[in-house]
Amino acid sequence: MEPIMAIVVGCLYAAAIYMMLRRSIVKLVIGLMLLSNAANLLIFTSAGMIRGAPPLIPVGAMQPEGMIADPLPQALILTAIVIAFGVLAFAVVLIHRAYNIIHTDNLDQMKDTDT
Amino acid sequence: MSPEVALPIIVPLMTGTLTLLAWRSNILQKILSVLGSIALLISSIWLLVSVREQGHVVMYMGGWVAPYGITLVADMLSAIMVVLTAMMAVAIAIFSLSSAASSHERFGYYPLMHLLLAGVAGSFLTGDLFNLFVWFEVMLVASFALLILGGERAQMEGAVKYVTLNMLSSAIFLSAIGLLYGLVGTLNMADIAVKLSQVENTGLVDVIAVMFMVAFGIKAAAFPLFFWLPASYHTGPVAVSAIFAGLLTKVGVYALYRVFTLIFNQSPEFTHELLLWVAAFTMITGVLGAAAQFEFRRILSFHIVSQIGYMLLGLALFTPLAIIGGVFYIMHHIIVKTNLFLISGITHRLLGTYDLKKLGGLYKSRPFLSVLFLVPALSLAGLPPLSGFFAKFIVIRAGVEAEAWVVTGVALLVGLLTLYSMIKIWAEAFWKKLPDETDGSALAQPMTLSLTALYLPVILLAACTLFIGLNGQPIYLMAEFSAQQLMNPAGYIEAVLGVKP
Repeated sequence: MEPIMAIVVGCLYAAAIYMMLRRSIVKLVIGLMLLSNAANLLIFTSAGMIRGAPPLIPVGAMQPEGMIADPLPQALILTAIVIAFGVLAFAVVLIHRAYNIIHTDNLDQMKDTDT
Repeated sequence: MSPEVALPIIVPLMTGTLTLLAWRSNILQKILSVLGSIALLISSIWLLVSVREQGHVVMYMGGWVAPYGITLVADMLSAIMVVLTAMMAVAIAIFSLSSAASSHERFGYYPLMHLLLAGVAGSFLTGDLFNLFVWFEVMLVASFALLILGGERAQMEGAVKYVTLNMLSSAIFLSAIGLLYGLVGTLNMADIAVKLSQVENTGLVDVIAVMFMVAFGIKAAAFPLFFWLPASYHTGPVAVSAIFAGLLTKVGVYALYRVFTLIFNQSPEFTHELLLWVAAFTMITGVLGAAAQFEFRRILSFHIVSQIGYMLLGLALFTPLAIIGGVFYIMHHIIVKTNLFLISGITHRLLGTYDLKKLGGLYKSRPFLSVLFLVPALSLAGLPPLSGFFAKFIVIRAGVEAEAWVVTGVALLVGLLTLYSMIKIWAEAFWKKLPDETDGSALAQPMTLSLTALYLPVILLAACTLFIGLNGQPIYLMAEFSAQQLMNPAGYIEAVLGVKP
């Protein structure tokens, strides 16, 4: 499972960077979206994937038996998803406002503050 | 129980909530904002005092002992940073009394400002890597909203770059956390430091170290990742620019200091050597960028970049004296840089522009303001007896002792070029005659209450600069104490985990 996930994560990163390098600000935001998803999947994969072993302690025992799935990465991912959602919501509103004010979605025409 | 560790986070969060409740009344929000900042200052001084007595102050959130729960840890560096945050909060709260436009205030200026402060204080105090990420995001979301208050074209353009680069940095940070967790299975910084020294795959550790360097390097505006900063910092409302300039990049610098003294200290010949060159290029590109500019706040923005180089230089040399110099530099820089931005706000109030070519005649009509400008400006350039001289002196002396000749030479040259930029602002804005096309009618206005509110924080911060310059010994001792702690991470680990590593 890990090799497939590694390839998926790699493709997501590549797609994200490609989208961010386009000129349209809409594609920029899609790139950011893919980027945060790629990071979440990377946490999920690198923390180790164990199938069919929920982190439950049998009745009467003090510790789980054998290998169990680590619940912490999923808690991290959940937090990261919520944060990414909030920031992304802001980014969507921002590009909408930016489009209304600057009247373009081309990043190349947003260089007034660079020079 | 040591509540003083959590208070610098709780106080601004509570202040933010209260100002939110007072949504309809701008005056009430202003009063709450000033009172909240003063409360933050008091609680942060309490923290500083107890850190001086105990060394490390640790608090386990929810009673979950490290490494299982989230830990708040304050060592001397954290305490110093929190005190500086609180000082800037007070200065900005007073400045905002007069500078904030009521249209900004109606859109949540004060709640956002205090949320930002909570994020900054949280980043300084947390002892958990993922929690650091969360505080970064709290800080970022607040800063995004503050930056675009007003909704002008330049702000939108600046914000698109600021948001993108910071989200990219967050994604890299998150990926690095994921890989590190996969490697050591813990998120508590002290625990990571213990477990990482037993990891055999040092190649992977170096990769993760560089990922952290890139993520924090973007936040700290280090070369070659700084370009979002001069593109965005000069676009926001001036009080917002000032607090960004003082605090936000320094959070990145603090994170670099924390991570590269506590966690990634195994192969300094690779990581710290890399940082050394980053520092050199950061200094030189920042100062050259500033030389080409003719807009007050843009010059200052580029100087943030070049000054970040000095702080990184202190970390990169990685000797006790260099760390002292770096910490001293951070203390001096936060005060001076915020002050310079506030002064640019006053000149904007008087003459209605930030363009140096249109400014002028301020020395003649406002000599006191000119002196107030000279204090931080010459301090930034490193002239004795101001705070910047001692900060630069310690860093450069550490460079000489470490025999890093090239970087030391760069640091000296950059100091000279900084002086050039400051003289340029002085000559253009203060010394030369007021250009005819500029409306100078506001120059003659007497000291009203609203101008006094703008002057007061500038005077206070200039007094701090003078105090550090003329009486540097206690400040130096604080920096020395924090450098001792940073160079001996065993003390931090023992304080958090309760066992000797």
